[in-house]
Amino acid sequence: MIKTSGLAKTFKGGVEAVRSIDLTVEAGEIVGFLGPNGAGKTTTMRMLTTLLRPTAGTATIAGHDLVTDPQGVRRRIGYVSQGGGVGPSAPVGEEIELHARLYGMGAAEARERVAGTLERLGLTALAGRPGGALSGGQRRRFDLAFGLVHRPSLLFLDEPTTGLDPQSRANLWQHIRRLREEDGLTVFLSTHYLDEADTLADRLVVIDHGTVVAEGTPAELKGGAGTLDDAFLAITGRSLREDGEAAEPGSPPGRPHGEPGVPDGRADEVPAAGRTLTRSGAPGGRAAAAGKRGNR
Amino acid sequence: MNAVRDTWLVTRHNVRIALRQKAGIVFGVLQPLLYLALFGPLFATIGTWETLVPGLLAQVGLFSAGLSGIGIVFDARSGVLERLRVTPARRTALLLGRVLGSSLTVLIQSVILIAAGYAFGLRAPLPGVLAGLALMTLLGVGLAALSNAIALVMDPDAFAPIVSTAVIPLVLLSGAFLPMSMAPAWLDVISRLTPFRHVVEAIRDLFAGHYATWTVAAGVAVTAILAVVCVAVGTRVFNRENA
Ligand SMILES: Nc1ncnc2c1ncn2[C@@H]1O[C@H](COP(=O)(O)OP(=O)(O)OP(=O)(O)O)[C@@H](O)[C@H]1O
Ligand SMILES: [Mg+2]
Repeated sequence: MIKTSGLAKTFKGGVEAVRSIDLTVEAGEIVGFLGPNGAGKTTTMRMLTTLLRPTAGTATIAGHDLVTDPQGVRRRIGYVSQGGGVGPSAPVGEEIELHARLYGMGAAEARERVAGTLERLGLTALAGRPGGALSGGQRRRFDLAFGLVHRPSLLFLDEPTTGLDPQSRANLWQHIRRLREEDGLTVFLSTHYLDEADTLADRLVVIDHGTVVAEGTPAELKGGAGTLDDAFLAITGRSLREDGEAAEPGSPPGRPHGEPGVPDGRADEVPAAGRTLTRSGAPGGRAAAAGKRGNR
Repeated sequence: MNAVRDTWLVTRHNVRIALRQKAGIVFGVLQPLLYLALFGPLFATIGTWETLVPGLLAQVGLFSAGLSGIGIVFDARSGVLERLRVTPARRTALLLGRVLGSSLTVLIQSVILIAAGYAFGLRAPLPGVLAGLALMTLLGVGLAALSNAIALVMDPDAFAPIVSTAVIPLVLLSGAFLPMSMAPAWLDVISRLTPFRHVVEAIRDLFAGHYATWTVAAGVAVTAILAVVCVAVGTRVFNRENA
């Protein structure tokens, strides 16, 4: 579904937001995309969704080349951006209907799809309101509706559950799992909630400083000891990410600046196992995830 | 074909939004209406309503279409633009749909202004009025496209003050308020170099019932060229903007 090779983005002014990403996501997989603030997750997603032109590398998304056939890519994907896309003044129901129709649906079909999607996300009663009159979490749920309404075969979610209440979060997880089962939906989602990654994703990809630093099933990353949080901190270090860190050209990728060690005893218990892991079959991780948390 | 459909869908959406902003439409046309009421009677002592109203139309068009790009700034900030860019809709359709939506606002305002002009004593033949409105709408399309392009590349906070200031000399030089035939030679020359002079004079001819004149031909040509160039520039900027 996704295959990238050496994908990179250097912004004007020299910020090397993404240095080189090699990524493979199979059809039907749910892949969690983790990394500290500023690691390059959003930039990678914006490249994969045709919003940013890569400065290097190639990618094939849903069978279409990212650079030569962006139109083909757009037809197959859905995207929920980190910042959302609900306008302040138009009734959201109208916006989502236009959104659906831009995917080629006729008026009746669009209305039906919109109604179904809003229903499943519990938004039907709010559709007449302008975006400005919604709560943050309600707006976030509409963002999800925009991403799902045309039933894409590949869905990009950039921190989809930030700001959602536990009910909506569980509802979204359930929704995503069902779409995967029913339609074989492939999902690529970033999150800072590692419990979410642990529960939902078959496989995790951790990036830092614009490159992939670890990848594997949640169980593999945890290496049998500690939580995913521990593993994450062991992989990416504990230092906070400062503004513009990624901007320094030539800084060594894959390791935070400054003290390389992890100044916390607990981290020692965790083998930095993830680093060396490569892609592996998903079933183990999936089973572990499914076993941990029952459906709501 | 798809592009036409997408343009239509986006236009309709933007028209609905525009029609909901009744305050925006009314206040946009209020300023020229004030000119009509408080300056018109004065002007009527030296000229005709058929001369004044086309000038005020140009004023409405320039301000209204010129500032219409501000909407895209809000859409860019709220993420709406990026959301639409991920759909398969042609990017040209996304831009043109907005532009046509705001041109409709200009058209409504022009109609209000002409209707008010009739109440004051404007007596222009219907074909001339319709032709004048068509010309104004075409001009509005061009200016709105340009305005969107400027709004995308300019610091959003500077956009409204800079554009509304830039529009003032263009309106004055078009002879909207007093015909440039009264101007000193140097001012007349500068005025001829600005596009809107030709548009205003063409509409004045049309309102006077003179259709087959060189002035009309020049106005139509200038408007058409301006519209094509502005839409081309707008499309380029819109397509280039973040890849
Ligand atoms: N338009 C831009 N111009 C210049 N630099 C940018 C731009 N967008 C992002 N960056 C920089 O690129 C780097 C990666 O940003 P990105 O948004 O991809 O991070 P992220 O992993 O999504 O972080 P977060 O978890 O905070 O959302 C950061 O250093 C950021 O400051
Ligand atoms: Mg981000």
